Amino acid sequence: MTVLVRIANLTRIFDVSKPLLNRVIERLPKALLTAVSDVSFDIPERQIYALVGESGSGKSTIGKMVVGLLRPSDGNVEINGIDLATETDADRIEIVRSDIQMIFQDPYASLNPRWKVRDIIAEPVTARGGDGKGLAERLLEQVGLSAEDAGKYPHEFSGGQRQRICIARALASEPKLIVCDEPTSALDVSVQAQVLNLMSDLKDEFGLTYLFISHDLTVVQHMADTIGVLYLGRLVEESSPDQLFDDPKHPYTQMLLAAAPKMDGFGREVEPPKGEIPDPINPPPGCAFHPRCPIAVDRCKRERPELRTLRGARVACHLAE
Amino acid sequence: MTDAPTLSVRDLTVEIPTRAGVLRPVDQVSYDIAPGEILGVVGESGAGKSMTGNAVIGLLDRPAQITGGEIILNGARIDNLPYDRMRRVRGKQIGMVFQDPLTSLNPLLPIGDQLTETMLEHLNISPKEARERAVAALEEVGIPAARDRIDSYPHEFSGGMRQRVVIALALCAEPSLVIADEPTTALDVSVQAQIIALLKRLCRERGTAVMLVTHDMGVIAEAADRVAVMYAGRLAEIGPVREVLTRPRHPYTDGLMGSTPLASKGLDRLRQIPGAMPRLGALPDGCAFHPRCPRAQDRCRQNPGPTIAACDGQAACWFPLERTEAAE
Repeated sequence: MTVLVRIANLTRIFDVSKPLLNRVIERLPKALLTAVSDVSFDIPERQIYALVGESGSGKSTIGKMVVGLLRPSDGNVEINGIDLATETDADRIEIVRSDIQMIFQDPYASLNPRWKVRDIIAEPVTARGGDGKGLAERLLEQVGLSAEDAGKYPHEFSGGQRQRICIARALASEPKLIVCDEPTSALDVSVQAQVLNLMSDLKDEFGLTYLFISHDLTVVQHMADTIGVLYLGRLVEESSPDQLFDDPKHPYTQMLLAAAPKMDGFGREVEPPKGEIPDPINPPPGCAFHPRCPIAVDRCKRERPELRTLRGARVACHLAE
Repeated sequence: MTDAPTLSVRDLTVEIPTRAGVLRPVDQVSYDIAPGEILGVVGESGAGKSMTGNAVIGLLDRPAQITGGEIILNGARIDNLPYDRMRRVRGKQIGMVFQDPLTSLNPLLPIGDQLTETMLEHLNISPKEARERAVAALEEVGIPAARDRIDSYPHEFSGGMRQRVVIALALCAEPSLVIADEPTTALDVSVQAQIIALLKRLCRERGTAVMLVTHDMGVIAEAADRVAVMYAGRLAEIGPVREVLTRPRHPYTDGLMGSTPLASKGLDRLRQIPGAMPRLGALPDGCAFHPRCPRAQDRCRQNPGPTIAACDGQAACWFPLERTEAAE
């Protein structure tokens, strides 16, 4: 299996300090927020790699760095062996860029309300000087809408239909990689099922690779080939869906799975997880999860655990076995 | 349960007059909630879940109005009360928890003031006692160091903590009914579990009836005693949560359960319901679900459509699924 995306030691730090004058007057230090910290993983071609985590875990930031909307502070993202952040050859950059597309969470905010659907879908092609004639009509049928819809405006569609339009737009430039940032969390369950099925079909048809970002464990379990669990910007566990759900190794993954509502959990009395995600500006030393971890020992407070291989999965925990 | 229901909704109908005709976002909906019971209300967007909740608390936005049916709270009709009387009922007898904890708190007032204001309005107590009770209420919902944090502003709390404050606010006047409209939708899974556990515990302890509106089947399964499924403004199915979720009788409930990724475990594709919910202005004749229903027959296309009372008491369907067929 060839690796399409190689992410190595990816780190992103945001400067969230107050303006300079305030800092000088109030004698405040600079405040730095580490959104993504030393994350490495590979996405093989034609696979679905899912990133899960709670809000503030850095999953969207990783997605934005992969498509090149944000520059990494450290580490790099290579797509087909080319790193967009350091590559200087304009032609090679152009090739990689047309290989990447993104689908966003909110289909109401990601379509220009003043453009016709035809222009929205063809833009990724026409912007590069290509010919977008007939393209929108063809793609609309492919995503389960009709060719006549090309002449309409986004407000004439429901949420699920709009997400289909977003998918059609993402397909227009014939990409290899699509980064999907919470593509169904704004949709109802029955519509979600339709969109997820469509995404699976398109993946097989066009040989696509997905980086699938979601907070919904059940969606991820259904879609992904590999799942990466993020906590406070760090990759804490990576494994196949079956392994992750049957044999979660990191205490955070275990907590997350126990907290997720279950369809057969009638009247289930769960011991709800303790605490909340800590402040990312001052993360706890050592393992970021140790203040909430039921099995933490002294070593966890001092030493940050590295990802290590354990029974076919990767886990960042001193104690997991 | 043998107790008289806390809330009893009978044939509630809400209408919105528009230039294109009268829309009916809530159409002859009936249900009861007993003391200490949690009724889950599920359905997709536009099914009328929130509108039903808003009708009960008397907060319908004009031009929507109640045009039929009765709402009875603790034995007294509240749907025809004048605005001032309804204001006394709201807050005192009905507490509310909304989806977004940031917009349901006043950002300019410390949370303690918001709690004491509500209590002074509805309970006959002194300001000092109100403050003591506010501290106790915050402690009860699990806010650490409540006495120190009572003068904090909403923005100083995280999303989960804010939702706890909103729950404290909803419960501080000791209402007999709480309407929670998507209380955990804006929250993370682990925080969601905390909030649901809190809501369950407080309502059980105090015997508060809860109407829990959500689109998340998992939350319903874990929290609710009974569940009502809504489709296009009508009740499609109502019954004990275990019955409805494991052996649904209405094809829509069956489809809805089937399309969750959990139910399709191990399948390559998720089960999906074809089509989309009809717009309120273009409801089909007969059963509103028939264009999407795999079991539809001629009778389903004829008016009047099925109602729960006219069918078997659980599902509003002329040809409900047999117990054994569902969930195949």
